[in-house]
Amino acid sequence: MRDGTVAHVFSGKRNGRGVMVLDFRFDLIWEYAPYFLGGTLLTIGISIVAIVLGAICGLLVAIGRMSQRWYLRVPMKAYIHFFRGTPLILQIMIVHFLLVPIFLGSTNAVAAAIAALALNCAAYSAEIYRAGIQSIDKGQMEAAMALGMSHTQAMRHVILPQAVRRMIPAFGNEFIVLIKDSSLVAFIAVPEIMYWANSMRGQYYRMWEPYMTAAVIYLILTYSLSKLLAYVERRLGK
Amino acid sequence: MNPIIEVTGLSKSFGEHTVLRDINMTVDRQEVVVIIGPSGSGKSTLLRCLNLLEQPQSGDIRIEGRSLLDKTTDIREIRTEVGMVFQQFNLFPHLKVVDNITLSPVRVRNWPLEQARAKAMELLEKVGLPEKAAAYPASLSGGQSQRVAIARALAMEPKILLFDEPTSALDPEMVGEVLGVMKALAKEGMTMVVVTHEMGFAREVGDRVVFMEGGVIVEQGPPEELFDKPKNERTRAFLSRVL
Ligand SMILES: Nc1ncnc2c1ncn2[C@@H]1O[C@H](COP(=O)(O)OP(=O)(O)O)[C@@H](O)[C@H]1O
Ligand SMILES: [Mg+2]
Repeated sequence: MRDGTVAHVFSGKRNGRGVMVLDFRFDLIWEYAPYFLGGTLLTIGISIVAIVLGAICGLLVAIGRMSQRWYLRVPMKAYIHFFRGTPLILQIMIVHFLLVPIFLGSTNAVAAAIAALALNCAAYSAEIYRAGIQSIDKGQMEAAMALGMSHTQAMRHVILPQAVRRMIPAFGNEFIVLIKDSSLVAFIAVPEIMYWANSMRGQYYRMWEPYMTAAVIYLILTYSLSKLLAYVERRLGK
Repeated sequence: MNPIIEVTGLSKSFGEHTVLRDINMTVDRQEVVVIIGPSGSGKSTLLRCLNLLEQPQSGDIRIEGRSLLDKTTDIREIRTEVGMVFQQFNLFPHLKVVDNITLSPVRVRNWPLEQARAKAMELLEKVGLPEKAAAYPASLSGGQSQRVAIARALAMEPKILLFDEPTSALDPEMVGEVLGVMKALAKEGMTMVVVTHEMGFAREVGDRVVFMEGGVIVEQGPPEELFDKPKNERTRAFLSRVL
């Protein structure tokens, strides 16, 4: 019964003995494998570059966001509100059709994908930094100040090293979300995993093979990453 | 000689709430001044004004004649000369004991690392914890943590040490080891301002005891006078509660 249900989902066909069979075309997946492999590498590449840029920009945004100076704080607050308050697909479109042409002179889908994901990631990272920094007991900053350190020295040597450890789970989560969200850049024709899944569907008029393949690839990526993060956390938690 | 600390007409409020009013006080070189008083009377706030962890609204604080509230005074330089020991130790948990002690000499005073480490080991000997140099703060007892915090403050070679209830967070059996280190420092001639509820320490080590209540200095004098012949009714009432 259970097998029957699964098979029905995949094909809906029956063989002569009246048992559901799986009509799942592995040969088509095999044919598309090189494209999916290329797409996977591109997804990984875009996600890594975006999380690194996002984390760096996010730190600057967070510093501005926590500044005493309103002319730093207000724009950074607005930045965070914008990127957390509008759909990512809209941000991708704006970056692709407006910002990248302004800066590069023509559209460039991969650059737009990286920029949009990094800008979005910076807004979420900024809040991760802020929460991490504010979670450190204020006695730490006071002790550093009482020893003659500047605010910057105290941040760099006392607050951030402690805060970063606490931020690792949140950053890991952000990285996983970013990998999944990177599928949206298929809309601007970046040839990553989702793009090839759509392309395969268009070529063969089949739904299950392309999307199951994409799902399995994303699951492998996110699952391995979560394992890696758990390991890092355990190492640093000591 | 001029007093090393001179506080004149100092007032501090948090919003509407006035915490210190018109405080006048001096501390001489090598003097140990003990501040006592009920909780909420402004003792910590007064101490924290002395290294400008709190910014007072009016009055003046002079350390070796230099006003802390003068715009041209480098407050970070003052802080290297006025060390502070906190009730909650505030050791840096991500750094080993020795690195807790060397961080500021290396980063602020620009000492070479070997010099800072040599100094740190010397100070750990002094507070009786040389074997803990490579330990992390989490593995220390409260008394050990506070002794490391004292060593960390001493590493900057301050002229004055401020202590804000250094033994209040400790289990009773660990109070003695910390007070012992403080007594030794006093004997060496360190100028100290100590907020404490340890009346035995105040009497034995204090050159002068200051009683605060409600944001004002009610009475001050040598310990034998203040403890045995208090002039003010409020001082008597407080002492009868704590002694
Ligand atoms: N950062 C602050 N903001 C607002 N009120 C404060 C702050 N710090 C201290 N106070 C208030 O100032 C008063 C004196 O506090 P404190 O100096 O800590 O007293 P003590 O050390 O004698 O117990 C208390 O009423 C306390 O609530
Ligand atoms: Mg206090």
